[in-house]
Amino acid sequence: MVTIFTRPDSMFDTPTHYCPGCTHGVAHRLVAEVIDELGIKDKTVGVAPVGCAVLIYNYMNTDFVEGSHGRAPASATGIKRSRPDLVVYTYQGDGDLASIGAAEIVHAANRGEKITVVFINNAIYGMTGGQMAPTTLPGQKTTTSPKGRDVNHIGYPIRMAELLATLKTPGYIVRSSLHDPYHIAMAKKAIKQAFIYQLEGKAFSMVELLSTCPTNWGMTPYQATQWLKENMLQYYPLGVFKTPEDE
Amino acid sequence: MPNVIIDKDRCKGCELCVHACPQKVLEMSKDLNVKGYFYSKPVHPHKCIGCTMCAMMCPDTAIKVEVYGTRYRYFAY
Repeated sequence: MVTIFTRPDSMFDTPTHYCPGCTHGVAHRLVAEVIDELGIKDKTVGVAPVGCAVLIYNYMNTDFVEGSHGRAPASATGIKRSRPDLVVYTYQGDGDLASIGAAEIVHAANRGEKITVVFINNAIYGMTGGQMAPTTLPGQKTTTSPKGRDVNHIGYPIRMAELLATLKTPGYIVRSSLHDPYHIAMAKKAIKQAFIYQLEGKAFSMVELLSTCPTNWGMTPYQATQWLKENMLQYYPLGVFKTPEDE
Repeated sequence: MPNVIIDKDRCKGCELCVHACPQKVLEMSKDLNVKGYFYSKPVHPHKCIGCTMCAMMCPDTAIKVEVYGTRYRYFAY
């Protein structure tokens, strides 16, 4: 009898506080599995965001710093520049990274900081109760856009991966999804590659993960994965947008 | 034969594993767990092929998969 799948060592046994079916748990597990596989548990520092994942340090068995709202890349820059031997990653949501922290992420990417950013894009503000985020899809109903997002009034959603891929500084920018097992495997590959680029000291890396928020979307978890597949994948195409080898 | 072990008190009853399973091994229980959710359980364990897709979808790391001998996989993980 061989155990082929179990909780990774880099995660504590604590049950998470997330709503049923929230893919934050999957994203935590993928990061923990990658840290285990690369054997960097003892020299990894994470930076926690403000958002649903604010309590991530209760679940991950690595060192953690709590960043101010949106300023996780700035905290990570400080850690990485003072201790280049450590592996530093931030774990941020879309309200944190794409809205209030847009300047920090753009400039961290532009300076080419050797950090890894795991960006969870679920098209809504989850923790505060389902308000409209910069990544909310056109026509999507939220508590602050009850008639659907009006693109003439608010504009179109931000595609952070494409935005950061336009920068000249080398970087590894990839978008993946968490709606079915195949894409979860692809997402894990992307996260692993992002950490490898950081270990090699090559480039800034960001992995955008399309994620679900069943509670605030008002769906069952399975319907939410199908909604993501039908709607979000049209607007946010998956793929690798930039690698350090590109010039 | 593969063995799917579900920690029923970690389960939050999201049913993602039930939809992910290609062999329809899992179903939702009629009983409640300690958190008050209907948990998922393997009702047809003999059909399991050990693909670990249920465990990959589980957001709460409640599923553990054990196998004897050869492991069959749909894709590299």
